[in-house]
Amino acid sequence: MMIGLGHYLTVAGVLFTLGILGIFLNRKNVIVILMCVELMLLAVNINLVAFSVYQGNIVGQIFAMLVLTVAAAEAAIGLAILVVYFRNRSTVEVEDINAMKG
Amino acid sequence: MLLQAIAFYVFAAVVVASGAMVVVSRNPVYSVLFLILAFFNAAALFVLIGAEFIAMILVIVYVGAVAVLFLFVVMMLDINMTKLKEGFLDYLPIGAMIGAAMLAEILFGLGVWGSETSGTVQAFNRAGIPPVTIDNTRAIGQVLYTQYFYLFQVAGLVLLVAMIGAIVLTLRRRPGVRRQRVADQLYRSKEETMTVVKVPSREGV
Repeated sequence: MMIGLGHYLTVAGVLFTLGILGIFLNRKNVIVILMCVELMLLAVNINLVAFSVYQGNIVGQIFAMLVLTVAAAEAAIGLAILVVYFRNRSTVEVEDINAMKG
Repeated sequence: MLLQAIAFYVFAAVVVASGAMVVVSRNPVYSVLFLILAFFNAAALFVLIGAEFIAMILVIVYVGAVAVLFLFVVMMLDINMTKLKEGFLDYLPIGAMIGAAMLAEILFGLGVWGSETSGTVQAFNRAGIPPVTIDNTRAIGQVLYTQYFYLFQVAGLVLLVAMIGAIVLTLRRRPGVRRQRVADQLYRSKEETMTVVKVPSREGV
């Protein structure tokens, strides 16, 4: 049984879909939505690294590191916004977040 | 080869299962812990495929920093979780529908791409992983610090902006707290802090 590129791509696809599903199912809880975004970024990273290895091109792994950087920055900013929001409104329900009338 | 296949299936199964548990778990603390498990197993997958450096970075950055940050925030905020979990089942039909559609599309695309002959999954699989001459970390370093040096610095800038942004967002000045402001102390002038009082003798101030 040979493990090929398709196996890794399938795992990444399933993980990405789970992230999407989580955003739909946990529509009230911002923290879980942020976690699901992290899950989707992880799936993207698996794709990038798998292609990078199978093509013998290291650039994909460089890009995966940049995705990791952006994911860390996004988590920090998102959680900071969440903390400030909770401090002001004492709730994190998505339905209550309508101050900008978007 | 067989051992590698077994390892792949175990790690992949745990990644997918813990990803599902992140989504359906009732307690967000458990969600974060399952997220950590998912990251660990993804790192194991990376090691398996031969990208050790990214695997270690994943463990350090995600498990060491991001997941702990999530854990802090989840435990710090006093949130009524049972209320947040209401309506989980209401969204289940549409969510499952969209999720199934997306998964089917992704796998269909993968299958169609695999059924062509050149430049496809099968071609990659037949060619196998190209032989590596230098180790992974050295290869990344040779490219990252030369060809992609500006990109590397921009990544550092992104992290700096994120750090300053997070501090600015969460910093608050509480009224009524006496703290030392060195700048104010240094910038005050003689006129506003000193007065010369003529004291008459035998009367005091």
